[in-house]
Parts: sequence; C-alpha cells; structure tokens
Amino acid sequence: MNNKNKLPREAIAMRVTKELHNGNVVNLGIGIPTLCPQFIDPGKFIMFHSESGVLNYGEMASEKKEDTNLINAGGQYLSWDNPGMSVFDSAESFAMIRGGHIDVAVLGAYQISAKGDLANWKLTNRKSGNIGGAMDLAIGAKKLIIAMEHIDKKGNIKLVNNCSLPITGSKCVNTIVTDIAVIEIINECMILKEILPGWEIQDVQEITEPKLIIDKNLKEIQL
Amino acid sequence: MTTYSKIYKSTLEALKDISDNSSIMIDGFGAGPGGTPQNLIKGLKEIGSRNLTIIGNTAGITMATGIGIKEGSKDIDISILIDNNQVKKIIASYPVAPSPSILTSFEKAFNKNEIELELVPQGTLAERIRAGGAGIPAFYTPTGVKTELANNKEVRIINNKEYILEYALKADYALLKSHKSDKIGNLIYKGTSRNFNAVMASAANITIVESEIILETGKIDPHHIHTPAIYINRIVKSNE
Repeated sequence: MNNKNKLPREAIAMRVTKELHNGNVVNLGIGIPTLCPQFIDPGKFIMFHSESGVLNYGEMASEKKEDTNLINAGGQYLSWDNPGMSVFDSAESFAMIRGGHIDVAVLGAYQISAKGDLANWKLTNRKSGNIGGAMDLAIGAKKLIIAMEHIDKKGNIKLVNNCSLPITGSKCVNTIVTDIAVIEIINECMILKEILPGWEIQDVQEITEPKLIIDKNLKEIQL
Repeated sequence: MTTYSKIYKSTLEALKDISDNSSIMIDGFGAGPGGTPQNLIKGLKEIGSRNLTIIGNTAGITMATGIGIKEGSKDIDISILIDNNQVKKIIASYPVAPSPSILTSFEKAFNKNEIELELVPQGTLAERIRAGGAGIPAFYTPTGVKTELANNKEVRIINNKEYILEYALKADYALLKSHKSDKIGNLIYKGTSRNFNAVMASAANITIVESEIILETGKIDPHHIHTPAIYINRIVKSNE
C-alpha cells in the first residue's frame, strides 16, 4: 500500500484553499497550512489573521525588507506593503479568536478522534509541549480544518477512535484534508467525502481506525 | 509643557530594586527579537536577582532556534537569565523549541527538574494579564475545556456551554520594549511588537520600558498612543 501515490504537501494545501471563501478571515497554523496562500484564487479576498497581532497580512517580506517588528506566529517576516493591514496587541488578537470572529482556522494534528477531538500540542516522549494559540483556535474558529498526512512518518494511524495523546480541544474538528482523502466530521462520525485516484475505500479504511461512513456523492479529490 | 520625567539615566538604575523572589513579566512574542526588551534583560542578569518567576509568551526559544534572528545579530532572550540560575519558575504558552531536537536553556533545566513550568494557552495568558491590569480577579473561558489543563479548575455551564475558571495574573515588575516614548511614558510600539507589551503594561506594580526613541512630552499625537503614560513608571533609552 505504501507504494500508492499520495498528494505532496503543496497539493494538500491547494485542496484546503477550496474551503476558503471570498471575504473569509482565516488563521493558518505552522506547517502545511502556511503553504495555502500561494494557491488562493486571485479573485477571492481572504483576510489572514495571525496570533502575533496582525490582520490582513500579505506576502512574506523580501530579504532586504525584513523587519523583526512584523512577524507571523511562526516568526516569519511579513511585508509592510499590504493595503488594509492592521496590528494590535495579544489580548485583542485572542479576543478575535475566542470571540468567534475567525471564520476558518487551518491547523496540523498528531491525532484526531472520531468525535472530532484534536491532539496537536504534546508528544509522549517530551516533558513539555507548546500550546501557543492552538487551544484558543481549536475552540474559537467557526470552522476548523486539519491539513495533514493521513498517517505519520513511522506509519502510525492518526485518525483514531480515541486520542491517546493529550487533547487540544474537544469535538472541534470539522474537516480533515489528508494526502489521500477529504473527511468531514458530522454528528461524531467520520464521513469520507473525497478520495485520491488509485485508492480504494478499503485502502483508506485500513489506515483509519474509526469506521468511515461513505458519502453518497463520494468524489475523487478535487484540486 | 511639563518638565516631569520618568527617564532613568541607566538601565541598571531602573532595575536596581528588583529583589530575589520577584515576579516579572517580560514581553516578546518569542518568535524572534521583536518587542523583547533586550537591554533590560541584560541588566537583570547584571543585577543578579534570583528565584524569579518570569511570565512571558515563550521560555526563551529565540537564541537556541534562531527563529526570527537576522544573520550576524547578537539578539538575546530570557535564556541568559535561566543559564545564570536566576529563574525559579516560568509561566508561558510556548515554552520549548518547535523541534524536539533543539534543546533551549529552559528545556535543559526543565528536564533536570531545576525549573518549574506553568503552561497556559496563549489567549488565556493574554487575558489573565489583561484581567490583572483591569481589576478583574478571574474569568470563565471556553479555551482548554476537557483538556488536561482543565484538571482541578472550576467548571461552569453558562447558556449550555462549558467554561473553566482562570485567575488574573499580576507581577511585581513588567519589562517592556517600545518604539517611541515621551518623557512621561506615552508609548508607541511598532508592528507586531505591540503583542504582549501593551497588555503587560498595566499588570505590574512597577512597569519599566526601554524605548528606541524618546521624545519631548507633547510630541506624540494623542490619537496615536498605544499605551497611555498612566501605566509606565520608568523609562530608559534602548541602546542598539
């Protein structure tokens, strides 16, 4: 099964951008989610928010214009040249998140349970993990999309009946975009909506612990 | 024009009463040096107060990871205080490096049980500090519900939704970095360096700011002030 084709990280990000709609306010986590902006249809207006205290940021700064006073949550330098950008303090940044003003958050995950519990802050072999803004985003965003590889690098299953790792948020995940499938969580069930060409339903089920419900309109992944 | 001034001649003069066992809020998002009061941190190392509780977004990850540090710069973070055995406890949301293969000063000390950690989600940290400065003793929040961070916390159902009780945070001192200050402490920050600075300003008994530019009082348009002078006690010039 390992020799089957899988989507590269960029293609996962590309599929995620189909879920972002004109006028949405979107917060992107570190990793695959950061790859999203380059794939957004130029006809769509998306306002990106970062926990570091900036709304409607644009491209990364060119090397000559890097300023330590304008960063995203991953510490990457942002460009000052985006019309309509605003900056604010951390209490306000998180009021935006917790107050339900962010339409979509896109995060990575270590594990997701059938109920939609998310675990993405702590691994068992480390004494501490980093929470950062993840717990606030998990419960605060109107819609939570997870962008990730379907199984981890060692082949461990990430879509599980119950998370064994400490959770970030309870019943908070709405949509999961992986390198082989698109899954929605509705009424504490995982619904298989899209599948990568070359993969059979049973192949996806084999590396997904909860029983998948197959959508009546199951499609090939649309990029 | 007032001649009243909160400017201190030297960093050490502004920091010299910080005693052992103090709690100190120190700004900086932590992903890079923006907003970090590096001169005040160096000064605190020189003062040498011990058994400190440091409240900040990270536990000092910039020096070890190089995140947000420009090539050739000598940026520092609170790791220098941990290396100098001055820190008893850290309260932070992002204490360790993103990659487990990079050990920060904090994580080395934490793995040896030489330092305590209170881990707080970033939004809860910001709101606890805001509440501390605003006279609100505690608040209910949806963040962290049903996670291990909710253990031993009071739970309350409000309008059919579950919340946990979080207490306000205050400190003996706050160390800030601003872009501009006038002589009485009206502050302007630059870009995302406002983040925890503007929140911590109100939550400490003594708030000390290092400012890149110091202007005569009256030279900042009142509409443009991010932190009003009421919160600031001491001002020093930030040496590049």
